[in-house]
Amino acid sequence: MARDVTNNRKIINTAAAWAIGLLIFFPILWTILTSFKTEAQAINDPPLFLFFDWTLENYAVVQERSNYGRFLWNSIMIAGGSTVLGIIIAIPAAWSMAFVPSKRTKDILLWMLSTKMLPAVGVLYPIYLIFIQFGLLDSVLGLTVVLMLINLPIIVWMLYTYFREIPGEILEAARMDGASLSSEILYVLTPMAIPGIASTLLLNFILAWNEAFWTLNLTAAKAAPLTAFIASYSSPEGLFYAKLSAASTMAILPILILGWFSQKQLVRGLTFGAVK
Amino acid sequence: MGQITLQQVTKTFGNVEVIPPLDLTIEDGEFTVFVGPSGCGKSTLLRLIAGLEDTTSGKILVDGNDATSVPPAKRGLAMVFQSYALYPHMSVRKNIAFPMRMAGVPQDEQEQRIEQAATALNLTDYLERKPGQLSGGQRQRVAIGRAIVREPEAFLFDEPLSNLDAALRVGMRLEISGLHNRLQTTMIYVTHDQVEAMTMADKIVVLRAGYVEQVGSPLELYRTPRNLFVAGFIGSPKMNFIEGTEAKKHNTATIGIRPEHIDVTNKKGVWNGKVGVAEHLGSDTFFHVHDTGLAETLTVRAPGDVSLRHGDPIGLTPRTDQIHKFNAEGLRVN
Repeated sequence: MARDVTNNRKIINTAAAWAIGLLIFFPILWTILTSFKTEAQAINDPPLFLFFDWTLENYAVVQERSNYGRFLWNSIMIAGGSTVLGIIIAIPAAWSMAFVPSKRTKDILLWMLSTKMLPAVGVLYPIYLIFIQFGLLDSVLGLTVVLMLINLPIIVWMLYTYFREIPGEILEAARMDGASLSSEILYVLTPMAIPGIASTLLLNFILAWNEAFWTLNLTAAKAAPLTAFIASYSSPEGLFYAKLSAASTMAILPILILGWFSQKQLVRGLTFGAVK
Repeated sequence: MGQITLQQVTKTFGNVEVIPPLDLTIEDGEFTVFVGPSGCGKSTLLRLIAGLEDTTSGKILVDGNDATSVPPAKRGLAMVFQSYALYPHMSVRKNIAFPMRMAGVPQDEQEQRIEQAATALNLTDYLERKPGQLSGGQRQRVAIGRAIVREPEAFLFDEPLSNLDAALRVGMRLEISGLHNRLQTTMIYVTHDQVEAMTMADKIVVLRAGYVEQVGSPLELYRTPRNLFVAGFIGSPKMNFIEGTEAKKHNTATIGIRPEHIDVTNKKGVWNGKVGVAEHLGSDTFFHVHDTGLAETLTVRAPGDVSLRHGDPIGLTPRTDQIHKFNAEGLRVN
């Protein structure tokens, strides 16, 4: 009897999980489906689900009209660069906060996080001026630095949380064994925190990849990443849903594939410390 | 060479003075044990010597050179931690090699020293394993291996055996003593276990609340404890303290007598009472005796074949030459 109850529970839980999962995934699914419709079918009422004339026409048009490869390359450079740069800065910062905290460490952490509570548009003007001053408008370098700074609080917070799980005695042992500060971080701390660092890398890469506010405001043609590529299909001349969907699908596909293959690592990293 | 000298060393955490001004010299090659109840500052003292904590004031000299502001990596000391603190992502071989790798020891010499250490510590079969695949005793041996390969000026042990089970602890105690006899290197060993202190030390430093209560060889501390605290802390079971009229007979505030210095008889003795709890260890029996007319319950040690049980009358006779006398301040007066 008890077993039956458990099995019923299992079935209900599984069904509920699938339902919620599909609900969350639906917008993405709809985008992908729409990308295979004609413009007329895309705005058809009632909406067409699976039974329409599947076409690759949108992809062809998008490919013809814009240079996908260049946008992709910019996205990779900006997301990858800002993530790597952020990690390099955040590891020592998180090290000091986790292992040699001062009276103000908690305050600094909270203050850092508070910058995320500010609407980004609040600092658009000063940053825009700084960009003009330094000739950084529409440059991959400028955008990389800005996205790194935007996401740095999250990187530091995540690494800080992971580092706190590492027993301080092991780092002290490294010190007693003659390791300098840099060797201690390089040979002992970093390898031990690999799961945490990996999931921080992944999450930050995804955040930077999807970032649209700064990329749209600070780039034009040269440094525009995939977010700008999508936006270029939402034009004043009218909405082209099917083409917009095709562009969106092309923009999210790389990150979707990356996420799919690294989901284990991502989940493990995000629940690090929660399960011993 | 590994002489370590502390001159007027103090340590405060915030407003709390953990170590009041302290002077201490640990001679080269000596096995010194810091012992005291938890919170007495013994671990802090060790960490000050290691350089893992900064002194608030005072000087620490290693071989006569001021090491007070030298980072731990450069003091030439090796440390074995209570939690072993092995690098979990490295094999046993790499763990042991780590300090040599940091010191830039040539590869072939590293290999040679690892082999030597592994043979001495029975780790040869485990060199390729990760620490997670080892038992507690093996892990502790790896930690010791990692300490010996760098041939330090001195070894620092921070309660290294307290995570091991009782049987293993006795074995490791012997191994560490054997290691000291072989290497003749200075060792400083922190423990709260007075048995470890008594069995291993050349010199015991008894600490309480950061103060050094007494420094001396194990038998000096056992025979002539300087005050009530040391008298009560060293020796197992602990010394009986008797106050009041019985102490006045000896013209002092408190007298102390160790359980092993009281003779037991089932006839009349100096003090006569009843057996409360009898602990039979086989070789010895400990009786806790009450109703003697004294305020205190007395603990006495008898040979294992004395078969008195709970409630039996018992006569106790202290050996007068073994009575310790303490004044009202708790200091020894005889």
